[in-house]
Amino acid sequence: MTKLRTGDKAVSFALRGIDDKQHSLDDYSGKHVVIIFSCNHCPYVQAWEDRMIKIQTDYAPKNVQLVAINSNDGIKFPDDNFSKMQERAKAKRFNFPYLHDENQKVASAYGAERTPEVFLFDSNHVLQYHGTIDDNYDNPNRVKENYLRDALDATLAGRKVSLAETKPIGCTIKWK
Amino acid sequence: MRKISFLYSDGCPSHHEALSRLRKIMDQQGIAIEIETINVRTNEQAINLRFRGSPTILIDGRDIDPSSVEGFGLACRTYRLEDGRISPLPSEAMIRKALRGA
Repeated sequence: MTKLRTGDKAVSFALRGIDDKQHSLDDYSGKHVVIIFSCNHCPYVQAWEDRMIKIQTDYAPKNVQLVAINSNDGIKFPDDNFSKMQERAKAKRFNFPYLHDENQKVASAYGAERTPEVFLFDSNHVLQYHGTIDDNYDNPNRVKENYLRDALDATLAGRKVSLAETKPIGCTIKWK
Repeated sequence: MRKISFLYSDGCPSHHEALSRLRKIMDQQGIAIEIETINVRTNEQAINLRFRGSPTILIDGRDIDPSSVEGFGLACRTYRLEDGRISPLPSEAMIRKALRGA
């Protein structure tokens, strides 16, 4: 499995969202796109989920779209199946698309290994940042480094992201 | 207390920290029992071992936080901390209380 590197173009996808509609990368043409490989059951995802929602709230007016993709095997891990995704999104009032990568090809194409794992693309869909959301999954009040927000601010200002790669922290993607 | 089991699966990275936390609290409480560590790899094994997700700590076969997760299976476990936060590992207070009560 190859992993996208900063400077690489986003790999296109067409996936079913929890709204039962197809979503593709082209839907976000001209937007900065934050793709987060995610799922329902992983406690790291759950710990960061409210921050994901807040990031979408704060950056949506700045032409940014966050997209969560669940690539976990929903057979072996029923909490991550499609209907549970719909339940989770409703319960948490997700303000971003939550897509199902049922055959795991998108995770594989991106080289994603963890949940959550962030890929930030600029408006030309070139990768500017890859890694984790911030430096403290455990306690949002003790975050010292806001990696994703800093990368978004730099990208939106047309600056180079100073820390373009961090280590994703979370559960492994549950492969078939 | 006769037996302490620590069950985990490789895909959930919190198990290293959880095991260190358990060992530290056992030291503090003067508990010298050897911890049985089990790497759970299949759903069948998870059900047989009453594994509610990684990491799981059993004291004499009893889960230290039985109410937190329904059912058994191969997954990463979510703990609800005393202040309501979600965590991938049990709090020190949770482990202490379970060890004291055993």
